[in-house]
Amino acid sequence: MRNAWVVAKKDLGSYFNSPVFYVVTTVFLVIYSFIFFQILTFFSFQSVQANQFQGMNVGLNLNDMVIEPSFHNMAVTLLLIIPVLTMRSFADEKKSKTYSLLLSSPVHLREIIFGKFLACMTVVTLMVLLSSYCIGFLLMLGEPEIGPIITSYLGILLMAGCYVGMGVFASSLTDNQIIAAVIAFGMSLFMWIIGWAAQAASAEMGEVLHYLSLVEHMQRFLKGIVDTSDVVYYLTFIFFTLFLTHRVLDSERWR
Amino acid sequence: MIEVKDLTKFYGPRPAIKGITFKVNKGEVVGFLGPNGAGKSTTMNILCCILPASSGSAEICGYDVFEESLEVRKKIGYLPETPPLYPDMTVTGYLKFAAEIRRVPAKKVQAAVDRVLEKCVLQEVRQRIIGRLSKGFQQRVGLAQSMIHDPEILILDEPTIGLDPIQIIEIRKLIQDLAREHTIILSSHILPEITQICKRVIILNEGEIAAVDSLEGLTSSLNKSERFVLKVRNSQNNIQDKLSALDNVISVKAETEDQFLIECEMNSETQDRVARMALENSWGIEELKLVSMTLEEIFLHLTLEEHEPSEVKNGVGT
Repeated sequence: MRNAWVVAKKDLGSYFNSPVFYVVTTVFLVIYSFIFFQILTFFSFQSVQANQFQGMNVGLNLNDMVIEPSFHNMAVTLLLIIPVLTMRSFADEKKSKTYSLLLSSPVHLREIIFGKFLACMTVVTLMVLLSSYCIGFLLMLGEPEIGPIITSYLGILLMAGCYVGMGVFASSLTDNQIIAAVIAFGMSLFMWIIGWAAQAASAEMGEVLHYLSLVEHMQRFLKGIVDTSDVVYYLTFIFFTLFLTHRVLDSERWR
Repeated sequence: MIEVKDLTKFYGPRPAIKGITFKVNKGEVVGFLGPNGAGKSTTMNILCCILPASSGSAEICGYDVFEESLEVRKKIGYLPETPPLYPDMTVTGYLKFAAEIRRVPAKKVQAAVDRVLEKCVLQEVRQRIIGRLSKGFQQRVGLAQSMIHDPEILILDEPTIGLDPIQIIEIRKLIQDLAREHTIILSSHILPEITQICKRVIILNEGEIAAVDSLEGLTSSLNKSERFVLKVRNSQNNIQDKLSALDNVISVKAETEDQFLIECEMNSETQDRVARMALENSWGIEELKLVSMTLEEIFLHLTLEEHEPSEVKNGVGT
């Protein structure tokens, strides 16, 4: 574990010492803020209307109409952004030949992989936390329920973990960062929309496809429900991507 | 200290090294010499547990590089052909990372960094960004990284490649200093480099060991003799004896009935005298040609690859 942290620390250093983190975070925050305030504007417009026609204000609340859609949009934004953060992790080590330093050091491959994952995950968490100023804004103006907000953050981070896992995996496949980013993006998007195929599939198959979809497991978190099966799904997903990464890197040495 | 037995590595169907066996004792400085693609880097990668061998075994300090690779990795310091540097880190930051990942205890990290900074004469650039350093400094940072945990064995893959002559001399001096405390395996395709630093040389060619010898042995066999083949039409019984009787001839071997391998001293014009003898005795010369000795051939190969004339001249034969 200490070794994983050494690797993570080094990667974090390179995120913060290069423009990558700042550019990516800025882009993320600008886009997310834009979406958030669009949603908020729409909501206030609606509530003004509802005030004018009395009796229509039933069902208008911040949680359902602002916070939930904003988290949905955050998940999509992260899907686009995270591959850019993860693409370096192994591809760059291989390209610049620094990978041999890691391999000839007395650390396990799994520690290296976990360290890389940890570094990306820390950066993503930081990004998500920075974006919470929007929610802070809401807390000042209105009275949204806190519970669903917390579970939504938990859900978002778990989902982001899956993106990061897929990103690290994609990065282990190649020494080209662009290819790593494209593969990561493709995989993430595919795992997001895989549920769509459920409509055309048979009932049992449909259920499986639904279950596999990343976004399906998000719903309950956004409603404020922490279902262990969702947590298990995300954690298994992350573990599986890291396991595949391990397989790829291990088998690479034998080729 | 290092024991390699019958080591073989295939990349796909292509063998990179074929059945390499050698031994390195504690405190020795051994040079791997060979043209590019001879299998030097592959052998080193296997010793550093980066690649597994296809077959055969390698032991370092009694630990198998495959079975107990974690132990092995604690004992070795490795400088690959391209130094594994993170261009956006500072020299100190990088060396700290190297120390931590090589499991130097947290309390000793700073001391280890200071020690290698001093040894590799890097104090003046300690806070600089690695990517902005000159190639010579980068190479020294790479070397510093490899000895940060004070390993028993240093494995250096072409440590002077791409440096200018002055930097080369500096790095060589540094390695000679290190040789007092560490067992070193060093690879190069440059003969003079090996002759200056190493006491023993392992010559690799096309994945096989072409020769293992001390430097004295190599240079003497290189300088003192040459060999040529004589092929005659009219074979007679006494050819071998007559040839052996010539001055300067060291040995004569009958390869077939009408073909002889003559080894003689360098530049002794023996070839002329052999030809004259053949004519006088009407053996009928079919072929008389110099065979470059395998070693010499390799050396030629190697020395031709270096394009630094001054280095070659004062290197060969010293």
